[in-house]
Amino acid sequence: MTSPIPLEYFLGVAAALFLVGSVGFLLRRNLLVLLMSIELMLNAVNLTLVAYNRFHPQNHGGQVFAFFVIAVAAAEAAVGLAIVLSFFRVKRTVRSDEADLLRN
Amino acid sequence: MNALDYGFFALCTVLVIAGGIITVGARNPIRGALGLLATIVGIAGMYLMLAAEFLAAVQIMVYAGAVVVLFLFVIMLLGPSSMSGRDTQGWSARYLAAAIFIGASAFAIFLLQRASPGLTPLPPANPALGTIEGLGRELFTTALMPFEISSALLLVAVVGAVAVARGRQPDPTMLTERRGAADAGLEPGHDGGISVGAPPSTPLPGPLHDAVAKESAS
Repeated sequence: MTSPIPLEYFLGVAAALFLVGSVGFLLRRNLLVLLMSIELMLNAVNLTLVAYNRFHPQNHGGQVFAFFVIAVAAAEAAVGLAIVLSFFRVKRTVRSDEADLLRN
Repeated sequence: MNALDYGFFALCTVLVIAGGIITVGARNPIRGALGLLATIVGIAGMYLMLAAEFLAAVQIMVYAGAVVVLFLFVIMLLGPSSMSGRDTQGWSARYLAAAIFIGASAFAIFLLQRASPGLTPLPPANPALGTIEGLGRELFTTALMPFEISSALLLVAVVGAVAVARGRQPDPTMLTERRGAADAGLEPGHDGGISVGAPPSTPLPGPLHDAVAKESAS
């Protein structure tokens, strides 16, 4: 099973996706969009891991790592959305710069 | 065959990048969640091209089936207030972000050029790569300990999500017992003294009781 597409194309797509996610995380103020940007970045890292695993096809290290990253991302999304709901109950908004309860 | 591969790769790339930009740029978070869905489907297609069939299935099930649906549930629970006005930062921050984007892209391309002059073709994969058998063997031998620990992580995440999202609420057992006692017309504190200092119960005034009294009188 050979693939005509070189490794760098996948890495380039992953890098672009990571950049889009990080720019969104830095630029947006909506907490839900921030969580989605984190998901984008985790997906980009997963794509890199799987691409390098395809480059070294002797074992499954990268794919196993990507599997655990998916598990952690699911847990992170659940807890993060619970925190967003709890924050909304206190502040009646989802803007991240309204989160100043610890500021004196 | 070659053109088909490149066409599928181009389709997945368009899905991934356009979905990412929609996710980040959409004002309405529902559009953002659908852009995230497009990104996830594109990434699953790339997993298929990289001989990771099981991971592609897991990606579709976990991300598209659970995470995006969870996002949509929360967005619809929050309603229109999930769309915060004046969302992005000012123009200077936008220019700064664009500069960072372009600079980091150029730097990444430069690093890739330095690391490997020319493109490296992928070696032929052995047929066991990415199947359930191969990945499962690795998962239950080499990575057994992280696998078990991840089960504990998921359990803690479930309990934590419920505890955080539920907030502080009155004890529901107390609430139903008291309401049941009031409905039955019993004296509060009759069974076990849940409300010790409560006044003795009087017949509830109100339209319902007046209607009942009129009906029984006629």
